[in-house]
Amino acid sequence: MSDPLPPPKKKNPVARTPAPTLPPAQRSRTALGLTRAAALGRFEMQVCSSCQSVQYPPREVCGHCLHDGLHWQTVPNGGQLIASTTLHHSNDLYFKERLPWRVGMVRMDAGPSVVAHIHADCPELGAVRLALLADRSGQAVLHALPLKDTPHMFDAPTLRAGSCNPAQRRILVSDGKNAVGQAIAQVLLSAGAQRVLLGDPEPWNRDPAFEQLRQHPQVQVLALDCTSADSVQQLAANSGGQIEIVIHNPSHIRDGGLLYAKGILPLHEALQSHAIGLARLAQALGPALAARAGDGSHGACAWVNLLSIHALAPLPQRAAWSAAQAAAHALSISLRAELAPAGVRVLNLYCSPIDEPWEQTTPAPKLAPSAVAKALVQALITGQEDSYLGDIAEDIRARQQDNAKALERELAQQR
Amino acid sequence: MSTARQPYTGVVLTTPVTIAYERYSIHSAHRWLGKALWALLQQTGLAKSAIDGLCASSFTLGADSAVALVQHLNLSPRWLDHIPMGGASGVVALRRAARAVQAGDADIVACIAGDTNHVDSFRHTVSGFSRFAQDASYPYGAGGPNASFALLTDYYMRHYGATREDFGKLCVAQRDNALRNPLALMKKPLTLEQYLAARPITSPIHLFDCVMPCAGAEGFLVMSEERARALQLPFVRIRATIERHNAFPEDAIQWRGGWAMDKDALWQQAGCAPADMDFMEAYDDYPVINLLQIEDLGLCAKGQAAQFVRDNDFTLTGSLPFNTSGGQLSVGQAGAAGGYLGLVQALRQLTGSAGATQVPDARLGLVSGFGMINYDRGLCSGAAVLERGAA
Repeated sequence: MSDPLPPPKKKNPVARTPAPTLPPAQRSRTALGLTRAAALGRFEMQVCSSCQSVQYPPREVCGHCLHDGLHWQTVPNGGQLIASTTLHHSNDLYFKERLPWRVGMVRMDAGPSVVAHIHADCPELGAVRLALLADRSGQAVLHALPLKDTPHMFDAPTLRAGSCNPAQRRILVSDGKNAVGQAIAQVLLSAGAQRVLLGDPEPWNRDPAFEQLRQHPQVQVLALDCTSADSVQQLAANSGGQIEIVIHNPSHIRDGGLLYAKGILPLHEALQSHAIGLARLAQALGPALAARAGDGSHGACAWVNLLSIHALAPLPQRAAWSAAQAAAHALSISLRAELAPAGVRVLNLYCSPIDEPWEQTTPAPKLAPSAVAKALVQALITGQEDSYLGDIAEDIRARQQDNAKALERELAQQR
Repeated sequence: MSTARQPYTGVVLTTPVTIAYERYSIHSAHRWLGKALWALLQQTGLAKSAIDGLCASSFTLGADSAVALVQHLNLSPRWLDHIPMGGASGVVALRRAARAVQAGDADIVACIAGDTNHVDSFRHTVSGFSRFAQDASYPYGAGGPNASFALLTDYYMRHYGATREDFGKLCVAQRDNALRNPLALMKKPLTLEQYLAARPITSPIHLFDCVMPCAGAEGFLVMSEERARALQLPFVRIRATIERHNAFPEDAIQWRGGWAMDKDALWQQAGCAPADMDFMEAYDDYPVINLLQIEDLGLCAKGQAAQFVRDNDFTLTGSLPFNTSGGQLSVGQAGAAGGYLGLVQALRQLTGSAGATQVPDARLGLVSGFGMINYDRGLCSGAAVLERGAA
């Protein structure tokens, strides 16, 4: 069993803040199939469509029959740990800073032998299960884990270094007052967050549940309106250096198409809320996150965007909102690319309609705010880059992959 | 049934040269390879134009291959080969060159291997070693060969009961041999106690199980026996050779090398037995590979190498003089030249030019090579049985 991570030591104000380092990120394009699988929380390898051999390392043609029809698909993740070593030396700075480090050879039940990071709770030799998780460079790596989850397993050094575990970290929820924001706060507190900073965009709006949350000793409420440059600047000045995870969860849903809207005001408001707000927050807090990403085991580590699945598949009857979602999604990709060199991960959650007042007329199934919150914390712990939450999001994604044009027509007719 | 292999009649190896190793060098590999060729000409009195075949191996030529090297050295060979096989390069080079000379494609082939070692070269070599390493082993702790061999060593020790004392006995014997070799970088004696007390690097591999990367070069010439006699060069005959790549891909982890596939062919062609060997020069990037070569080349049964180590003395005067120059573990590993080190030392033994490391009356020797951990195992293996020729 792993030891729970102790609280961070008080920062020495005169010591240099270490610069972040990253594990080796270079991969062949084919090997990025592993990264795609990890981004979606799947365990996939190439399988030959002719002889069914499982391939690893990733190949261009089947290592058994030379057929070029290799397809990424879920494969059994069990195996036997047959040899291991503890590194006391590494050629790479990232690992040098984290020695000793255990790696081993796992003979997969599916066939291949793989080199993997070995979790401290694995047996010395014997049965393990493998997981594909993104490391701090954002690339997929194989982890050998004990057959069953153990307490605090994500606090073990091999996993902690790649995950964005909210435990013992300080986390900003940009809108802590909406239903999802409050649910996120509750789950973060249960997950052991050191402090949860809740943005309050509407201080004039009394909400009893929010008032109760405010009383929690580890909660701090801040006035924060992401559509206001001043408000965001003030947040950055007061708290920018004390945030390790940012969760951006704007809530602004308005129905309405394009042709008969009242000018461009709805579009302007939607963009302000979803896209410009994200840009403001990113410029105000991103550089500080990047600078503090190497600050020990509790360093800044993640930025989470709550998006709708319609960020990827626009809904014509919500023209302005869809455009703002798409814009926010595009900005999140820039944010990811720019935070990557520091090892700060950008996690996107593509949500089904959430059960909240502005989705009143949307038919079921709808996603409970608590389900969003639980999925978000799980994505942080495992470092899963892209999460599709709820049946509708999964359904739209499947329909888009199957026939994007058909989905466009279907969404146009949706009432 | 394979076609019967032709013997190496009429072709010989001569002129072992070593360019003294240095821990670090600010020069490029071209200089080290150039010096090796220069030394071959110096020792034989041959003109550069007499070299009509070239075979080169190096990891640190950058974008250059053997082709670029011929312009750098201004050679005009009619036969050229580039052998990127690391620790198997020496044996493979001799095989290629010997057949070229036999077939008349070249008269004199210079086989050279060398590498430079800048302060940061090793990290660059291992981080970009191969596609499989880049995708599937380097991101796992970036241990390089230490980590790969640690896994093989861990498996071998558990499976066959070899102990650190067994590895230590070989390392200590090789150091003993190295103390008589002025070219060895390691100059201090090593005791078994020191070996066992060394700090762990990648368990179960400890400090004295690791070679020291360095700069250096090695070389030799391949020509007809008639020409060697005319030039009055002491020469060595080739009794037999083998080569194999990616043997036993179905093994879950490497517990045997390609020699195990080919050892019967080797001894059959050689017309002699392991017990006839006066010495053995094995590829010793890590001690466990010595044990694999000992058993997979038939000096003992599979899994019995540890007992073989316990039963033998590997110093120059021992029951099986082994890595008589000190091997890479005590001389240093000059990149691809590490794949020539044992072969060049064997040529010294069999031409009577091994100086203080000379094994008395050495007549037959076994040379073995092993190279290229592309992902999880060494892919290239080779071996040769060599015999002293006349002066």
